[in-house]
Amino acid sequence: MSASATLVARACDACLRRSWLIARLAGHIELAWTARRGSSALLALDEAALVDALGGGRRSAIAQEHVRFDPDALRRRCAASAVAASCRCDASYPAPLRELPDAPSVLYARGRPERLAEALERDRVALVGARRASPYGLEQARGLARDLAAAGLAVVSGMALGVDAAAHVGALEGEGLTLAVLACGPELAYPASKRRLHARIVDVGAVVAELPPGTAPRRWCFPARNRIIAALAQVTVVVEAGERSGSLITAGQAADLGREVAAIPGLVSSPLAAGANALIADGARLVRGAHDVLELLPGAPARAPERADPRRAGLDPDLVALLGCVCAGRDTAAALGGDAASVDAILAGLAQLELRGLVRRAAGGRYVPAA
Amino acid sequence: MPVVLARVLTFAIDGVDPRPVRVEVDIRPGLPTFRVVGLADAAVREARERVRAAILNSGFEFPARRITANLAPAHLRKVGPGFDAALAVGLLAASGQCSADALDRWAIFGELSLSGELRGCRGVLAVAEGARRGGLAGLVVARERAGEAALVDGVEVAAVGDLRGIAALLDGGEAPPPPAPPPVPASDAGVADALDLADVRGHELPLHALEIAAAGGHNLLLEGPPGSGKTMLARRLPALLPPLTRAEALEVTRIHSVAGITHPGALAAARPFRAPHHTISPAGLVGGGRPPAPGEASLAHHGVLFLDELSEFSRPSLEALRQPIEDGEIVIVRGQLALRFPSRFALVAATNPCPCGYAGSDRACRCGEHELARHRRRLSGPLLDRIDLLVTVARPTAAALVAPPRASSAAVRERVLAARERQSARFATAPIHTNAQLDARLLRAHVQVGAPARRALTQAYERGGLSVRGHDRVLRVARTIADLAERETVALDDVLQALALRSREDADEAVAA
Repeated sequence: MSASATLVARACDACLRRSWLIARLAGHIELAWTARRGSSALLALDEAALVDALGGGRRSAIAQEHVRFDPDALRRRCAASAVAASCRCDASYPAPLRELPDAPSVLYARGRPERLAEALERDRVALVGARRASPYGLEQARGLARDLAAAGLAVVSGMALGVDAAAHVGALEGEGLTLAVLACGPELAYPASKRRLHARIVDVGAVVAELPPGTAPRRWCFPARNRIIAALAQVTVVVEAGERSGSLITAGQAADLGREVAAIPGLVSSPLAAGANALIADGARLVRGAHDVLELLPGAPARAPERADPRRAGLDPDLVALLGCVCAGRDTAAALGGDAASVDAILAGLAQLELRGLVRRAAGGRYVPAA
Repeated sequence: MPVVLARVLTFAIDGVDPRPVRVEVDIRPGLPTFRVVGLADAAVREARERVRAAILNSGFEFPARRITANLAPAHLRKVGPGFDAALAVGLLAASGQCSADALDRWAIFGELSLSGELRGCRGVLAVAEGARRGGLAGLVVARERAGEAALVDGVEVAAVGDLRGIAALLDGGEAPPPPAPPPVPASDAGVADALDLADVRGHELPLHALEIAAAGGHNLLLEGPPGSGKTMLARRLPALLPPLTRAEALEVTRIHSVAGITHPGALAAARPFRAPHHTISPAGLVGGGRPPAPGEASLAHHGVLFLDELSEFSRPSLEALRQPIEDGEIVIVRGQLALRFPSRFALVAATNPCPCGYAGSDRACRCGEHELARHRRRLSGPLLDRIDLLVTVARPTAAALVAPPRASSAAVRERVLAARERQSARFATAPIHTNAQLDARLLRAHVQVGAPARRALTQAYERGGLSVRGHDRVLRVARTIADLAERETVALDDVLQALALRSREDADEAVAA
């Protein structure tokens, strides 16, 4: 709490005022965003221009509120929610964010500020993807995040349903650092079903956001949040994304910032993989595992000693064949069931692979190769 | 004019049990009335009109005096039209139109038509059992239901066509014997008109699971997209179970008779298969209503209860099933009386893998994480805790459709029977019959596990995928798989198979966190 307090104190009045204004205008930005479908330049405007452009009939009232704004009230609000704040004028402000043309004036953080600082010293990889992901996508996100976190990287994502949450879970499993960037105030668990995950990330990592505590998310906040994810990470990996997925926005923003963009390929026939596959076709790095990501980062080979998967050691040839079938997409016990005589063997084999941690059971009785 | 009183014996159906009822008819001078007292329901009070018409149309005289009929004991609620014949006979005897001498030896049960014809009523078998228990020499029932009554040994059944026939019998006539039941083919007795496995193509895995479920008495959950054959598979389970014994068949027939279901050949020949729709009320499922009637769970007694679209059943309905699954009977308490409905059934449930139904199939699933989580929640809970086996059903491949059939039901049933015999031998001293009934304590006492199998179980437990209950479930199923393989000690393969067939209690728990 004391660390948070110092950080709150470090955010200057001017930056807090601007941050407050963005939150105050959130509804107005929503209207503009809906009407023009994404005017990304908005957040780069100065404060007077923002009020002018968005205030509409309430322009003067908002301008007056803006003048009367009490930064100490916001500081108290932050302290009450155990939220730290660092502003653009401060050295603790994440340097990568300064590269954004519309960098947030204040970054609010819930969790452990020293972990945020630590993450900024490490290499950071963003994992983003579909909310309605397939078991394959979830498993890949989780496995990749786990391996990257174990290799000492910080995993950045948006705590959304599906791939984002799986990435955080994987990073936590890898006992590494993970940062969640939210589209609302950092103390709000959004989506609510991820409140347990939110609490765990707050415990061991940090949850950051552009908007001050108490701000609910609006639709424009999500692409705005994506630019922070893209800026924070050196590499953005798209795990599963449809053709019009928000993850592609993140990838585009990362490319605009000169960051590396990578993607995990999916089945050509799967609509869920269309976006990720298109990125690869356009030159994004193809990711098969953590080593592909590490190669994109300087000094990586030293950190990624190649070693054989211990789970596969001494695996029976029949089981290797069975694992091959599962990896090839014959992923239900029923699809594997060739004839009556082999049903026992297939069931026993799948159980053995599961015990070794090579496959995992997912919805619909599917077996997914564990990444 | 002397007061005349006649007593006739009959029975009321209380749940599925017969309760003796005495019909007393008192005729005395006074204004002509006909009253029925003794906690009778509307159908019984309407009996007055039927009795009056039946007596007159049978050529008897309806006394124009003050008639009071009492149904004793007075505290027992009497429902249904089964008292018509007893009331009419009481009236005839009290007015001296037939002999009252034999009334203490015959019970009389049935509904009368206005023309005096005797009609069958629900619950004839239960009534016949009541007559035997009450030490009565015989039972008078309608000719059409006499076959059912004749299933009970030690009671003479008079299959009578109308009221005149009853009067003739009481006056010393010959009791007309019940018609002989149509012959049941001896070879197939107990599994008549069951569906055969030989018609099934593909589905090796679900069939394997059905065999295990039949052998160990395990409850089974089939999961698969619409049209993959879940119902078709479930319907084949009754034929895999051991044939009904005569005692079991009598119990089934008694319950069905009370519910108005008749069987050709009077006695139930095959294990019942009940598939209630998911909109069923709790009372419809486990019994109840006014008067309490057996529900689907009781109609499935000694057979299979199939719940299609398990996640669509209301939570109260599913909760209500816990007692029958646990105890094999349902107790319904109404006021001061508690009714017992036997309901020992094999539960087969089916569900789509997700709300849209296509997760895990060739078609893309359109469900979001929210919907999936809700679906999972609806499927979790105490009922799922009683389901040992989960099996995925997929559409069979085109190649499988033209492949030759696998084993017939008869062949599988033989293995099931052998496995059941092993269980009976093992549980000779225990209060259970099948592996599915093994609880934690009995598991330790009766199930030997080999060292490699034990290691695999420990590993599965420690990896976190298995709960304590899950551990016991896996062991129960492994015991059955070993029984089918005629092994006394549970081997590694048995445990592995059981692990693959266990219900997915907390898969994806971490991702859903």
